[in-house]
Amino acid sequence: MNLEEYKGVYVFAQQVDNVLNSIAFELIGKGKDLADALGTEVTAVLVGSDVKGLADELAEYGADKVIVVDDPELKEYRTEPYAHALASVINKYKPEIFLVGATAIGRDLGPRVSARIHTGLTADCTQLEIGDFPINPIPGKEQKHNQLLMTRPAFGGNTIATIACPDFRPQMATVRPGVMQKRAKVAGAKAVVEEFNPGFTPDNKYVEILKVVKAVSDTVDIMDAKILVSGGRGVGSAENFKILDDLAAVLGATVSCSRAVVDAGWKPKDLQVGQTGKTVRPNVYFAIGISGAIQHLAGMEESDIIIAINKDESAPIFDVADYGIVGDLNKIVPALTEKLRLELAAK
Amino acid sequence: MKIVVCIKQVPDTKGGVKFNPDGTLDRAAMMTIMNPDDKAGLEAALRLKDQYGAEVTVITMGLPKAEDVLREAMAMGADKGILVTDRVLGGADTWATSQTLAGAIRNLEYDLIITGRQAIDGDTAQVGPQISEHLGIPVISYAQKIEIDGDSVIVERQFDDRYHVLKAKMPCLITALAELNPPRYMTPGGIFDAFDAELTVWGRANLVDVEDSNLGLKGSPTQIAKASDKVRKGQGEKINKDVTESVDYIVGKLKDRHII
Repeated sequence: MNLEEYKGVYVFAQQVDNVLNSIAFELIGKGKDLADALGTEVTAVLVGSDVKGLADELAEYGADKVIVVDDPELKEYRTEPYAHALASVINKYKPEIFLVGATAIGRDLGPRVSARIHTGLTADCTQLEIGDFPINPIPGKEQKHNQLLMTRPAFGGNTIATIACPDFRPQMATVRPGVMQKRAKVAGAKAVVEEFNPGFTPDNKYVEILKVVKAVSDTVDIMDAKILVSGGRGVGSAENFKILDDLAAVLGATVSCSRAVVDAGWKPKDLQVGQTGKTVRPNVYFAIGISGAIQHLAGMEESDIIIAINKDESAPIFDVADYGIVGDLNKIVPALTEKLRLELAAK
Repeated sequence: MKIVVCIKQVPDTKGGVKFNPDGTLDRAAMMTIMNPDDKAGLEAALRLKDQYGAEVTVITMGLPKAEDVLREAMAMGADKGILVTDRVLGGADTWATSQTLAGAIRNLEYDLIITGRQAIDGDTAQVGPQISEHLGIPVISYAQKIEIDGDSVIVERQFDDRYHVLKAKMPCLITALAELNPPRYMTPGGIFDAFDAELTVWGRANLVDVEDSNLGLKGSPTQIAKASDKVRKGQGEKINKDVTESVDYIVGKLKDRHII
């Protein structure tokens, strides 16, 4: 493999139902930082059916170039045709870096593509930068420059590791949604758009979609909420989430929850914060009746202000809370709602 | 029907993680368990066995002591256990791990391969899809329900805001979510039998169609630049007062920080 041949930062612009996922813009934003450090450009790879119209939006968020792979076989996400699309783009264009969102799609697609083209893949990264590998010179070992250094949590968020992929290209990473910053949208910005179709011939690896069942949800995406009122097992029942709903209503906040609540069937999965749920960083995060398992903390500890209410004084949630209140949530939460109602009415 | 289930012995991260003085993980001081997603995958395989009749083979790659999870799986009802262990396989990333497991699985007949979605130590979710790629079979990740229909498998595949009902011709690889099925307990008879059961132990020489250059630390494209214990945000204030004072305290803080 001639590593010098590989140039440019590429990102997978994930879309579903012809709507771009926020992760596409986040990857372009981080991709621009990396491309600036390398003196190169960011190319978004848009895969789907009738998706060409989305290219302008990618340009407005900073993509210099958009490669569109458009084919009826790509209408709904399926592993094989999407993997074929990305692997073909990589073989033809030879990017030095390729980023994919660590979504339910990207975490299936990324490994399949990296295995097909034989390169390394670092999962669920929370930090990416350009630097040297090894980080400090080691006598007798070549120190390579301009490497992608990929940082990720492991062991349930207990450790962080920085990974490099010095001898294979592209350097591939899946990136945790909600962590990287989008760039400000520049209305009317244009990118070079190139269409590429490697041909799609169904084989044994193509699966058939019998049904698409969308979750019916009228709630705000918890990753976009400014204030989250989050409940855990301590709330006690699905019915008792009413007191959290009331608090959220007064503050214009959104209700979210811990994994225990989803496992108990009290709330749907799309409201779950944590390692196996979503990563959130609202201005205020209320952790109510949440003990604070390490997997939960991994999904919310970057919040600006964390307010925890828990009857167990030794709950680990208090280790990350800015303001911790030891007490009975069944008494404190309704009283807090009432007080806030009065305060806000007086304004 | 023949089902192969890939399982991994992992440190129990719920009980907290212990470190050596040099910052590396002190695995010896930590309890080990069968990875939860893998256990759900095993349970799914055992339910298919109950329903349709199947031979369930569990396979793990690891240190010799990983045979514990094979015996646990057999006590739950798996028929055969295979341990893949060899010094040259150590230090593998997901590429080298998936090459190893694919090389071992090539010795076996299978209709279905089931892996957990991800292991709680690495949290990568990569090995299952990578095995399927090396074997040239379809993958269905994030399975929340599995049924058999003739020579095909019908799976509910979870996404963030929806699920797809997918049909794939077997052989096929499925990655299971911990939510898939609550795992059954080991039976007392099963524990006795599993303790005595003969396990198959394979090393490098038993792997089929795998180059040395794709194995172990040397065959791993990704390399660790540094690793460290995570630095957490420091603890803030904590109060333990009556309801009125608690409420006043929170409202005061929300005002101080210009939230209200």
